[in-house]
Amino acid sequence: MTTVDEPSAPPEEQPGAPSAAPPGEQPGERTGERSDERPIGFGRMKRKEDPRFVRGKGRYVDDVKLPGMLHGAVLRSPFAHARIVSVDTSAAEAHPKVKAVITGETLAGLGLAWMPTLSMDTQAVLATDKARFQGQEVAFVVAEDHYAARDAIELIDVEYEPLDPVVDARHALDPDAPVIRDDLEGRTDNHIFEWEAGDKAATDEVFARADVVVEQTMLYPRVHPAPLETCGCVASMDPVDGKLTLYATTQAPHAHRTLYALVAGLPEHKIRVVAPDIGGGFGNKVGIYPGYVCAIVGSIVTGRPVKWMEDRSENLMSTSFARDYHMTGEIAATRDGRILGVRVKVLADHGAFNSTAQPTKYPAGFFHIFTGSYDIEAAHCEVTGVYTNKAPGGVAYACSFRVTEAVYLIERMVDCLAAELGADPAELRMRNLLRPEQFPYENKTGWTYDSGDYPACLRKALDLAGYEELRKEQSEKRARGQLMGIGLSFFTETVGAGPRKHMDILGLGMADGCELRVHPTGKAVVRLSVQTQGQGHETTFAQIVAEELGIPPEDIDVVHGDTDQTPFGLGTYGSRSTPVSGAAAAVVARKVRDKARIIAGAMLEVSPDDLEWTKGRWSVKGDPAMTTTIQEIALAAHGALELPEGVEGHLEATTVYNPPNLTYPFGAYVCVVDVDPGTGVVKVRRFVAVDDCGTRINPMIIEGQVHGGLADGVGMALMEIIGFDEDGNCLSGSFMDYLLPTALEVPAWELDHTVTPSPHHPIGAKGIGESATVGSPPAVVNAVLDAIGVRHADMPLTPGRVWQALNQGGVEAPQ
Amino acid sequence: MRITVNVNGEDHTREVEPRHLLVRFLRDDLDLTGTHWGCDTSNCGTCVVLMDGEPVKSCTVLAVMAAGHEIRTVEGLAGTAGGDQLDPVQQGFIEEHGLQCGFCTPGMMLTGRALLDRNPDPSEQEIREAISGQLCRCTGYLNIVRSIQWAAKKQAESAAAATAAPTAAPAATLAGGQS
Amino acid sequence: MQVPASFDYQRAQSVDEALELLRRHGEEARVVAGGHSLLPMMKLRLAGPELLVDINELHELDYIEVVGDELRVGALTRHRALLESELVGRHFPIVHDAEKVIADPPVRNRGTIGGSLCQADPSEDLSAVCGALHARTVIRGAAGERIVPMADFHRGPYETAVGVGEMLVEVRIPVRPGAGSAYEKVERKAGDWAVAAAGVALTLREGRIADAGVGLAAVGAGALELPAVQDLLDGREPSEALYEEAGRLASEHCSPVTDSRGSAEYKRHLAGELTRRALRRAVARAGAAVEREA
Repeated sequence: MTTVDEPSAPPEEQPGAPSAAPPGEQPGERTGERSDERPIGFGRMKRKEDPRFVRGKGRYVDDVKLPGMLHGAVLRSPFAHARIVSVDTSAAEAHPKVKAVITGETLAGLGLAWMPTLSMDTQAVLATDKARFQGQEVAFVVAEDHYAARDAIELIDVEYEPLDPVVDARHALDPDAPVIRDDLEGRTDNHIFEWEAGDKAATDEVFARADVVVEQTMLYPRVHPAPLETCGCVASMDPVDGKLTLYATTQAPHAHRTLYALVAGLPEHKIRVVAPDIGGGFGNKVGIYPGYVCAIVGSIVTGRPVKWMEDRSENLMSTSFARDYHMTGEIAATRDGRILGVRVKVLADHGAFNSTAQPTKYPAGFFHIFTGSYDIEAAHCEVTGVYTNKAPGGVAYACSFRVTEAVYLIERMVDCLAAELGADPAELRMRNLLRPEQFPYENKTGWTYDSGDYPACLRKALDLAGYEELRKEQSEKRARGQLMGIGLSFFTETVGAGPRKHMDILGLGMADGCELRVHPTGKAVVRLSVQTQGQGHETTFAQIVAEELGIPPEDIDVVHGDTDQTPFGLGTYGSRSTPVSGAAAAVVARKVRDKARIIAGAMLEVSPDDLEWTKGRWSVKGDPAMTTTIQEIALAAHGALELPEGVEGHLEATTVYNPPNLTYPFGAYVCVVDVDPGTGVVKVRRFVAVDDCGTRINPMIIEGQVHGGLADGVGMALMEIIGFDEDGNCLSGSFMDYLLPTALEVPAWELDHTVTPSPHHPIGAKGIGESATVGSPPAVVNAVLDAIGVRHADMPLTPGRVWQALNQGGVEAPQ
Repeated sequence: MRITVNVNGEDHTREVEPRHLLVRFLRDDLDLTGTHWGCDTSNCGTCVVLMDGEPVKSCTVLAVMAAGHEIRTVEGLAGTAGGDQLDPVQQGFIEEHGLQCGFCTPGMMLTGRALLDRNPDPSEQEIREAISGQLCRCTGYLNIVRSIQWAAKKQAESAAAATAAPTAAPAATLAGGQS
Repeated sequence: MQVPASFDYQRAQSVDEALELLRRHGEEARVVAGGHSLLPMMKLRLAGPELLVDINELHELDYIEVVGDELRVGALTRHRALLESELVGRHFPIVHDAEKVIADPPVRNRGTIGGSLCQADPSEDLSAVCGALHARTVIRGAAGERIVPMADFHRGPYETAVGVGEMLVEVRIPVRPGAGSAYEKVERKAGDWAVAAAGVALTLREGRIADAGVGLAAVGAGALELPAVQDLLDGREPSEALYEEAGRLASEHCSPVTDSRGSAEYKRHLAGELTRRALRRAVARAGAAVEREA
């Protein structure tokens, strides 16, 4: 691996930024990236959370054990589409260890059989009328122990009347397709929504005058985030004071609290959601699943805490999947390789309930950033959303609200165009990339890209990969009958949702709160609304506050994951922690610093205007001996010092950060593969990733985020798919069939970076959590197709599918 | 059934059903929740513990089958060198950012420990093969490999220091005898 | 997590005790060793034996030794022991080839050769290896031992020649001079079951192939030994043309089905391609053995 030390450029100070960095502090002088010292601020720093994890002392939901706790299990439909004729629970109820059996009918009596989804649809908690996908929740058993609960669900006798299922989204709108959502009044088809972005007329115009138009249909298959920890919760309703405490695998504890208040009619101040350590999320733990609601009802019914943890099959078959986008792209260009326009039609398979988690105004998420990183004249997309008899979901797996699909589309289309023109994919990209002077750049579908130097990033990746030599090696190998492929991808993300006037989920604006309190002895506690699932928030947020206040990160406690202890905010997904909450942490620290300045003025008996800040202290301008540290100020703030009029004691602040724009991380990836022509087996030999996430808070953590996302990309490109047979049976209900890469399928990642800070973000950071998952799949696919000389084949490129593509020039979309 | 299992050097006797899985025995009966589980088909390796020194998937071992055997879990990794000191593998995972969400980490560290016990200087490929029965969704594996390499190097240095120290000690004794 | 239904458990202290338990409980009893096939099936509640007879303490079934002109492997021998056995590697490199790609290291620490063969999964690797090696199985019951050639051991998918009250106790593989063998497997990822695999074992006598064995995995039942290919090879001088012909025959003599691992057509192709590759390596190894032994 290569890392290159490069001082981060200072963030441009924009009038819109909530607080400008104080003069005298050059961000370029921030702790060097190679330092293994303990930085007071940004820099490589070991994670604060690791000591408990390496000792096995992490506390995950399934580790929670409460006195008197009972155990729940869900009975699920074996059919993809079936009318429920009857549910006989008598044998289960007779089981000596069973405390309650809950059915759809029980819930209907409580008005809880249906719950709102994050896309303003409704979803069955327990099926009352029909099962609409295989694995749908039908009944819930509460028993004294886990074994008894699992035994008892076997004793429930459900009579089903199987119905024809809708499995292939391409037939969901056929006139004779069975209507899945007959629960919705007046519903006569499986259509959910139509959505478009861009300028249709302008796009048609550029296509009409283009020398070359290339069209390609592609499926981004249904995949699953599959965090190693499945979803689950422990619900504990205190029967005396009516307070519900829910320990849950959630990436968005506050949003969940509000939703439970809406679903269950519980007063919101009587709900406490605790997200303890989370064993990976990747978007799988954003939504509310029926099991959580069942556990809550179970606790209400029994008066005892109830634990429910999915097994792996339940996780893969019923919880939020990702993608399932059938896309037809068209790209228009001049003969000499200037891209003029892009047109896309998408058929989006949302499963049986429209429960995707994305900002309300964007039913296709942020797919309309499909113009990618290129300077094009016009673009237009149309997205049709449909119901099918499959598990609900769609936005998950580090997708940045469907930027994944958008990047895959454009990066495949550019390679298709290169093939058509006989152009080198690197040259074609370089020719069409946005130029640095075009930023801030308004693309043709409504996004304002904040900053970037794209050509420099691509050049760096090509140099690191040794692109010219690789092409030479490839042609030599080809002459010997060996298949080697080089695949590129250049991606632009749009993350950090988002400005509240444009972005909300169920009416909740996507701004996030933050609270910072400095204790009398100069130690601090910062409280966040976002929820780490492994991203290292306890470290990076301490570093952000440390950077702003000069208090060592070790002295800053980061509190998150408990709605009773933290301010409101929408949680961690869509790479929004650093862009939104990270900004909030910087802003709140600056507020504290401003207050400290007033107190320091009182301490030093000078006007605050005469003070200047250097990291960790206020000093009198021109007289550095007259100085006081943030720790001394904290003590004075809590002490007997007479404070200026209007200044309250103590040293603390709160803020709510409403981002003025999204942030636009980007990167250039190069993948090198070898393909065995006799078997179709693909070996990913090298993977070079040059990322730009703006200001780098903790390079070690950033690299870790990139590594993980690259492995996701290899997995999706080569092996992952949630498949179905024609009856709607899920073919990927365990890790025997839902394949995830091991250490043997991935190479030693080669990383580098560029730094173009976001001008509107207080510290210039753009977010990194999903860049590699978004950017890597097309690089791998492009590499494989480059090796076998085929224009397109859908993922996953398993050996059989590669062999078929190689020998037949194409391969059917997988199911 | 009444069984006695030696876990982290201590005998634990419990009454269990034959169907009780070792992973649940450790977690539910002994409160050793550092061992996690992530699937039902022995694919993910999250539940790896050492049984008589070798990695096994504890979701696919019955507690009754472990009776009379020695089990080592993540809770038994630290302190073998005395006190509460982290095992070099644990330290390696911190140093090289070998973990993110921490869920696969106990199993990965135990496999790393078992590997180094048999092969103190493994190649990158040998490390990748050793952990190939265990999934990680966060790290992309590279830093896990580096963590185990860090531990190998650390152990080698400690061993070198330990062999250097005894030679120093007799020399001092000899010098003392001469005086 | 998924958990099995209730059952009784007995830890056998001797083979005779195990046999007695199996006889007494009939179809409702199952032997458990590594458990990596059986326990997941029980968790899915696709298998529900009333009694598990644990043979993990029967160390008398855990051995690898050469007796006369046979390698004898106890049924309780773990995959890992096979992989690490220098004796096995010297005589039967095909076993090491296969063991490197069977499941994963922790599973190989528990899983046994007996369990692999008795699972009788058509995708299982060691069955094809044993088929190619013309191995014989030793089945013990109350009436004593009987020897069943590998070709007759599998009676169909998930069905073996082991009767009620019987156990597989040993696998015997002929040791021959001038032997070479190899195993080629395509899998979608490490630890996956084979998409298709081919094992070849043979000897070279005066430059000609003898004792040829070819076994395929994951391409339908009945391919653990392919007499047609074996007959083709025996007595012939190795050549690329011969490998081509053998591969063609192998792909004809199997019955793969399309599934998520690949299409029938692809698997049929692999049967030929992997047979050719295994044959090439087996011949090269046999050649080296001839030189070494000379």
